[in-house]
Amino acid sequence: MSINRASKKEKRKEQIMQGALELFASKGFYSTTIPDIALSLKMSVGNMYNYFKSKDILAEEILKFISAYLGKELQKINEKDISTQEKTREIVDIYFEVAMSKPEMIDYFLRVYLSNREIFRDGCAGMICVNEFVTEIMIYFEEGVRAGELRDQDFFSAFGLFMGYLGGMVFLKGEHILPKELDEYVDDISFNIYKALSI
Amino acid sequence: MRSKKLKVLWLTGIACNGNAHSFLNYPYLAQFMDRFEFLYHPIIESKYTLVDIINQDLECDILLIEGAISIEYKKDTTSIYDIIQKYSSKAQKIVTVGTCASFGGIFRDSGYLGASGLHFDRDIELDDFKNIKSKTISISGCPIHPEVLVNTLYSIREDIKIALDKFLRPKEFFAYTVHNGCTRNEYFEYKIDNHNFGEREGCMFYEHGCQAPYTHGSCNKILWNEVNSKTRVGLQCMGCSEPSFPKSNLFNTKKNMGIPEELPLGVGKRTYLTLAGITKAFNIKRLETRLFND
Repeated sequence: MSINRASKKEKRKEQIMQGALELFASKGFYSTTIPDIALSLKMSVGNMYNYFKSKDILAEEILKFISAYLGKELQKINEKDISTQEKTREIVDIYFEVAMSKPEMIDYFLRVYLSNREIFRDGCAGMICVNEFVTEIMIYFEEGVRAGELRDQDFFSAFGLFMGYLGGMVFLKGEHILPKELDEYVDDISFNIYKALSI
Repeated sequence: MRSKKLKVLWLTGIACNGNAHSFLNYPYLAQFMDRFEFLYHPIIESKYTLVDIINQDLECDILLIEGAISIEYKKDTTSIYDIIQKYSSKAQKIVTVGTCASFGGIFRDSGYLGASGLHFDRDIELDDFKNIKSKTISISGCPIHPEVLVNTLYSIREDIKIALDKFLRPKEFFAYTVHNGCTRNEYFEYKIDNHNFGEREGCMFYEHGCQAPYTHGSCNKILWNEVNSKTRVGLQCMGCSEPSFPKSNLFNTKKNMGIPEELPLGVGKRTYLTLAGITKAFNIKRLETRLFND
């Protein structure tokens, strides 16, 4: 396959993932069928299978796609020459920004990935499919401890505090319970997280 | 091949004599003594006394220095600096025997003024003795591996060109890491450190402080006493051949939020963590249980 055709195929795959993401987020994973996704993209069902062999594979690929997207954003922050306190704020900021501009992405994480573990048991054992995202969080923690800003502790106790908090806020927003927009919470939440994790 | 024996002077600085003892474990010592003779050795009977060495001006082919050195440190009433100056100018080669003589090692903290290795204070290069640096070879280790020392001496004897690393260590023995040849590599690959000291199972890098993946040496290629190595027998590598030896807290892996502070040599943090995330997903019963008595 020529480079041109390969990149065209990649682009089409991304369009399908984006379309599927929106449907999964609005209708739920089990209520969305491959024909629904094909219809929303004005594709034939047969052609859809040229890109993804099954709905489960599509579900895994979407997860990797989101993880890579968020991972790249976090990598940019990790590579900045700024303090861990500033990084904390930027991570909270970008997470909420994505939750506002691409709510389907974070929704997918919370409502499909974390709520339907059985779909991901085979292809996404452990944290394989969210590796890029988790790796950047690990680097943020490791460098924070090395710099003497964060307290050394078990990775998961810190990870749970950070991601559980952010996920919880996005979930509340999705349920229309939060009185304010997410970005109005960035100051307080990044202050709280940094205070909880710092020495 | 030369027919005459090479004259070797074993000079001890601030030391525990561990290298002199380790040398005695060389299994073919009798054959070695057919090719080399000691002008002086602290344990083996030799032709001259230490006082003779200090007061006379003897012919010497190879000067071996064991232990850290300091201008304050004297043999009899003479500074070891003066003895080194005298014999290094005659010698064809100088070999620093052990980590103390090479980098300062444990006896860097002996309290003697500026105690260090001959050319290095840890990894910092020194100005003293720069004039003899081109003749020096470092055999680091605490203690030295007898075969590494002896094979180097044979290479000198046969005029074989010895390629050295930036700390003057022969690449033949120090271009590898101690991890190379470790029998626990399968546990390393799948990140399983369910080790108890002395047991066969488990990699010791993740929890037990093993420094083999970033320590230069041939311990797992040229076995000790021809049978074993620290990691094979169930004890972690302590990084004894490196300028940074000794570090503290040798039995624990220093980690920051679960991530080892020091990674295998040349491995980037991001790629290491990516790989770690994948290997952690394996769940291999065979490697997580005892091999015997399970």
